[in-house]
Order: sequence, then structure tokens, then C-alpha cells
Amino acid sequence: MSVESPAHAAAHGAVGHEPSQPHGNGHGLVAHQFEDAPQQREAALLGMWSFLATEVLFFGGLITAYVVYRWKAPVQVAVASHHLNVALGCINTCVLLVSSFLVALAVAEAHRGNARKVVQLLIGTIVLGVAFLGIKAVEWTADYHEGLIPFAANWQIPSHDLEILAQRGIDADQFGLYKLFWVLYFFMTGLHGIHVLVGLGVFAVVAALVWQRRRSKNFANLVEVTGLYWHFVDIVWVFLYPLLYLIDRHGPGH
Amino acid sequence: MSTNSLGSADGNIEPVSEATRAEARAASEGGGHGDHGGHGHGHDDHVHPAPSNFLTRYIFSTDHKIIGIQFLFSGLLFFILGGLLALAVRWQLAWPWSRVPILSTIMEGEWKTGGQMPPEFYNKLFTMHATVMIFFVIIPLLTGAFGNFLIPLMIGARDMAFPKLNMLSYWFMWPAFILMLQSFVVEGGAAEAGWTSYPLLALFRWATPGSLNGQTLWLMSLLFAGVSSMMGSINYITTILMLRAPGMKLFRMPMTVWALFITALLQAFALPVLTSALVMQLLDRTVGTNFFTPVAWSVANQPGPVGGGQTILWQHLFWFYSHPAVYIMILPAMGIVSDVISTFSRKPLFGYKPMVFAIAGIAFLGFIVWGHHMFQSGMNPALGATFMLSTMMIALPSAIKTFNWIGTLWSGSIHFTTPMLFAIGFVSMFVIGGLSGIFMAATPVDMHIHDTYFIVGHIHYVLFGGSTFGIFAAIYYWFPKMFGRMMDERLGKIHFVLTFIFFNGTFFLMHIIGMHGHPRRIATPYEYEFLNRPGIHFMNEFMTVNALLLGASQLIVVYNFVVSLFAGPRASENPWRANTLEWATASPPPHYNFLKIPTVYHAAYEYSVPGVEEDYLPQTRPLPPASQQMVLEPARG
Repeated sequence: MSVESPAHAAAHGAVGHEPSQPHGNGHGLVAHQFEDAPQQREAALLGMWSFLATEVLFFGGLITAYVVYRWKAPVQVAVASHHLNVALGCINTCVLLVSSFLVALAVAEAHRGNARKVVQLLIGTIVLGVAFLGIKAVEWTADYHEGLIPFAANWQIPSHDLEILAQRGIDADQFGLYKLFWVLYFFMTGLHGIHVLVGLGVFAVVAALVWQRRRSKNFANLVEVTGLYWHFVDIVWVFLYPLLYLIDRHGPGH
Repeated sequence: MSTNSLGSADGNIEPVSEATRAEARAASEGGGHGDHGGHGHGHDDHVHPAPSNFLTRYIFSTDHKIIGIQFLFSGLLFFILGGLLALAVRWQLAWPWSRVPILSTIMEGEWKTGGQMPPEFYNKLFTMHATVMIFFVIIPLLTGAFGNFLIPLMIGARDMAFPKLNMLSYWFMWPAFILMLQSFVVEGGAAEAGWTSYPLLALFRWATPGSLNGQTLWLMSLLFAGVSSMMGSINYITTILMLRAPGMKLFRMPMTVWALFITALLQAFALPVLTSALVMQLLDRTVGTNFFTPVAWSVANQPGPVGGGQTILWQHLFWFYSHPAVYIMILPAMGIVSDVISTFSRKPLFGYKPMVFAIAGIAFLGFIVWGHHMFQSGMNPALGATFMLSTMMIALPSAIKTFNWIGTLWSGSIHFTTPMLFAIGFVSMFVIGGLSGIFMAATPVDMHIHDTYFIVGHIHYVLFGGSTFGIFAAIYYWFPKMFGRMMDERLGKIHFVLTFIFFNGTFFLMHIIGMHGHPRRIATPYEYEFLNRPGIHFMNEFMTVNALLLGASQLIVVYNFVVSLFAGPRASENPWRANTLEWATASPPPHYNFLKIPTVYHAAYEYSVPGVEEDYLPQTRPLPPASQQMVLEPARG
């Protein structure tokens, strides 16, 4: 029974999935609360899954709100949704799916201990993530020029759409629900964008850490856990895209 | 098992083969760490001393015990604040518009009413009382303080799975504390739309003074508290599933750990919905969205913004969290009480597995009953009936628990220690609170008592008589383990007796005036003819006097706590002669909890086992062979 020196104890606080210093007792890189590396790996994965479960519920609240309003005001939602650029949305979906594929490859390479490949794939992911945000920015700018961002106090529904709503027999006091589509659209895509941004930052850090640990090869957990997060971000978009862009393509919106 | 397929990758980190581990795991039938026998590298001497730096040791600590104690102290401080707010509420109800001692003197300049409390200040009082008590006292005390302190100790782990996340979960409470306290001093003062914060009162800045700025801070504060809870629950779930000591199978865990585990699941799955609702209301208030503002609504003749939202959507989202939150506030106390009652009856817990399933059942039902808060909000009667039935079904698992507690006491060798008194107090008060809950579950009855003092009486029987008694039981029970000293038993008993009497004096009559139609959340009940009667006046005064005495009796526990902290007699390792793992290490436990990670041989409740000399058998000691057929779970192998 040897109690290690206080200097050594600084290492004890390492976050479970990111042990930074070896303990020198034959355990490799395991934080003191874990028995061994596989247990630490499983704990990290379970922790990330629990976190993603809370995220699902978080987006669940928003999607519930969306569904309620979609059901209450199908026409207003459809009319508003026709402003969205389906082609750009589709390209963005592809961009995110490919980036998720790269992450999956990176995880596989990380398990093989191939640091160079992992870093390359992560940089590819980051490039695609930036492209996603860029395309999103193009869309948001177009919305801004069309006057569709409803956050100003004196915001009014575009007159063109007012006519369409009137033609389709919506009472004037129900026009307000048209605004809700934009509120939800910007809120949900904005929140998703923040998640993408966080993911990019995390991947940048992970890529640097992987390169730093290319000799100790202790990075498989790291890549796997953050990869889970990225797949989640991808899946959220896979739900948002049809909900927001494709919701009424067959209907006579214009 | 997935570890096998990916095993090669970790091979470069950990020389011990995956296959060995997988076999060991399979042999342990899903138990925590499985059998160590397979590989000879002892984790046992893998211990560290505590950090020597004061800052990392006590302030920014990653040690779950320190974090638990941090939660305990901040929770108890806010308990004082919340209690004082409640006393001011009671004062106004008993002696309306009279000067409130101390408070009037402080606030005189601001109120400009000659010391009379303005009605909107009364609204602040009950809003902040509930907010502080729920989000800063009961939840942080039960899950933050006792969850953090007990989970690793009771399952035989060295720390939480993610110690830094754990530290963050405490430090995310501080922005919440600061924002909430700041809201008292901003223009317009603290939020006053009730802890339920219903739109439209909460939404429009000009609707009420508290909605000017205070409500925004309220929302931001709860967002931080929510992130803190989320981090905590992720940690608890992972720790309990992953870090159990060898032999600590799921069905050998103490009820406290089971309850905290299921509570963590509730938190993880209900809280994000509140978070999204809070963000929506925040956006409604700040950037002009209209999630919850209905069409063409106007307040105080202001032009209504372009709208189309649903006020009732907030209620649905809010109660989807806040009903499970009610169970978040009671389930850990139920677990604690189960352990305390079994220990001091010197008997195995009656029906251990049914107790676990009952908690799981309550948690599951908790997710499908939120609509019973909204019977008066307008609801399809068929839906209302569904919510009524699912709510009433909660009586079944609750009754299982109550009968099992009584079954545990039955012909036990009962030791009336202070924690035991509070635990028995919990059971008896929970019966009253639970039964009045069934009244309210019935839609027709609820139509009458909705938003009356009957509801207030019910919630306090469950949250004070239930959760808070559970917290007191836990404090008296685990104080020796937390601080290595014993609390004074005599003072503890006096505290219990006075608390029990004045608690009932304060809250029981609420049922009666509630049945009479006394509304909650109203500063001037006597303006109604049917309430302006000597009987109602008397009952309100009686309750207020009792509330003041109840508050005063808490000084005893404060005194006892502080004095015992520094001068209490030293506690032994296992002063209550209990079985669970936290008593198998020093008091207070060292930084690494256990010098050698213990091996668990049986469930936590082997008291008075035939063939054992003492009347308890710690989980670390094997059962004697002769008694194997007598106990709940025969030892395997």
C-alpha cells in the first residue's frame, strides 16, 4: 500500500474520458476512480449517451412546440416555409452527412491508433462543418433581405404573403401564426448552428490533442466520444430539414 | 459485447486483455466491476492523498465529498432565506397590512406606504419562497448534497465517474444564486408571477413590477440551475452503472442509491424540456418572439404585438418537467428513509425489490400525469379523465412503499434515534400528503380546490413533512460520516418534537380553509365576504403563530449543527452499526474513500441475521453458511 506523493496527486482530477498523466502503477492512463481503461472508456461513452439523451429531450421540447403550431396553423406555416431554399437545405444535409461519415472513419482510425489519418479526417470534418455554417449564413442573409427575421418590435408580415394568406381564407386575426414559423425556424436552426459551432471547436481541440498524443496513442476514447456528439448534431439536422423545408412541398403555397 | 469488437483499439492503452475482462464480467451477471480474480493487477492500492492546496482541496474541489458538503452548506443557507420569505407571507395573511417586524423597517423607504407591505411585494414573497425552496434548497440538498456525498461511498467507488463535471455542476449553481439574489434589487424587484411563471403575467414587462426585470433574471437563473442538475444527473447515472465495487450488483444497492439513480434518470429526461421552455420564454421577453403570446393580446392598453402563440403551451412544457420534479424532490427522501428505518428497526427492509419497482413505477407514472395541474386550464374531458386515472394510479406504488415501511417497523427492535424519529415522521406525514393528493387528482374535486390553500397544505405535507423531514433524517444520520463528529441526540429529539408539532399546526388547517375556498397567492383574502369571518381569521393567525414557532425551532438544529461541527464527540467508523459501505471506511472518509475497494457479499439489509453475533452484518462481510436459506438473497457461489 503506497500513498503517492502530493505532486503526483495533481493528476487525480483528470476528467474521466481525458486522463492526462499516467499513474505509474501499471494501469496506463486511468483516472483514480476507474478500475481500468475499458471501464473508463465505457463510462465516458455512457456519460455522453446520457448527455445526448438530455439533448434529445431539449430539442424534443422545441419540436413539440413546432408540431403544435404546424397543426394549429397549417396554411400559415406552409406559406412561410415556401420562402426557404430547398436546394441549399438539401446540399447542407449532404454536407453534414458526409462530415458524419468522415467522423465515423476517424473513430475507426483512432481505434487503429493512426493519428495522422485521424487528424486528416477531423480537419475534413471541420471544413465541412464550416461549409455547413457558410451555406446557412447565405440562407439567413437572404431571409434578412426578404424581411423575414421577425425579431424587431415593429416587424410586419411581408405584404405579398399577406395577400396569399387572405386568398387562402385565413382570418386576419390568425395571421400572427405566420410569424411563429419564422420564430421557430430561426430558433431551431440557430440552436442547431450553435451545436455545430461547439462541435467544430471541440474537434479542433481533439485534433490537436490527437496529434499531441500520437506517440502514446491514447486518443481513441476522445475521438469516439466527440464523434457521438457530432452524429447527434447530424441527426438533429436530419429531423429539422424535412420539418422546416419539406413540410408542405406538395401544397399550393404560392 | 461491444467491448470485444473494439477491444484491439484499447489494447494499446491497457495491456490486460479485453477478453479476460469480458469473461469476468459475464461471470458476474451484469454486476458492476465483475470479479477481479481474473487479473492480478490490484486497483486496491491505487489511492491518492487529498490535494494539499487549500483552493483545490476545499473550493474548486473535484472530490465528491467536498462537493456534497458545498451543496449542503449553500442549500442550508438558502433554506434560511426561503423560510424567512415564508414567514413574511404568513404574517401578511394573519395580520394584513400591519407592519412586518424587521422587513418593514428595511423596506420602508422603498415601499413608501408607512411600513405596509404592497400587494406586489406579497407576490414576490410567495414566488421567491417557492423558487428558492424548490430549486435552491430541496433539489440541491437531496441530489446535490446527499447524492454527491453518498453515491460513490455507498457503491464502493473512489469518486464520481466525471469529477470535473461534478465540480462544474456545483459552480454552475453560483451564477444561478447570484442572478436570483440580484433580481431582488433590480428595478421592479424580483419575479412575482409565481414559481410556475405562467404567461402572460410573466411575459409582458409592464404586466407587473416583477415582470419588468426580475422575471428575466429568474429565467436565466433557472437555466443555470438546470445545467447544473443536468451535469449532476449524467454523473450519477454513469457512476452508478459503471463504478460499483465488486459484488455490488444492482439489486444489492441500498435504497438511497436506487432512489438517487431513478431521480437522476427523471432529471435527465424531464429537465431539458423545462430548459427549452425557459429559453422560449426568455426569447419572448427579450427578442420579441411569440411562443406564448396569444393573438392580438394587449395589456394595459398597449398595442398587442403580432402574435399567435399559445399560453397553454408553456403550461404543458412547464409541467412536463415540474411534475416529475415533484418526484425528484421526494424519491431521494424515500430512499434515505428506507435505509434509516431498516437500520434502526434492526430488521431487513421489508420487500426490497418491490420498493425498487415502486420507485421506478412512481417515476414512470410521474411522466404521464402532468396534465393534472391543468384541469382548470381548459382540456378535453377525455384527456382530463386519462390524467385523473394515471394520477390516481400513483397511489398504488406509494402505498406499496408505505406498507413496506410499516412492515419494516413491524416487530422490529426499534431505536428511537433522531434520524429514526424524522424517518417515522416522514412516513406519517407522507401518508397525509399522499391521501390529499388523491383528492386533488379527482377532476371534479379539483375543480373546487384548485388554487386554494388545500393545494398549499398538500404540497407542504409532501415537501416539508416529506422531503424536508427526509433531509433532516439524512443530516442527523450521515453527519457523523460527513464530519467525523456526532450531533447531540437530546437536542435532536427536542428539535424533532417541536418541528413535528409546529409543522402540523402550520399546515393542517390549510386543508380546512382551502376547502372553504381560501385562495392561494392572494394578499387580501378578507376582501371576500365569505372569508372575512372570525373562524378564518383565527385559523390564519393560528397557522402564522405556529409557522413562527416552527421557524424558531429550527434554531435548535442550527445550534446543534454548528456546535457539533466543532465540538461534537468524535464519531466512530460505524456509529449506527449499519450495513452499507459508507460505514466501512473512516469518519470522515479519506480523500480516496476506501484504502482497499471493498468486496460486497450481500444486499444492504442483513440485520439480525441468525448465526451472526451482532445484530448487523456489513455488506463487506460474507453471510454465515447456516443462515443462507433465511435471508432475502442467498449468496451465490
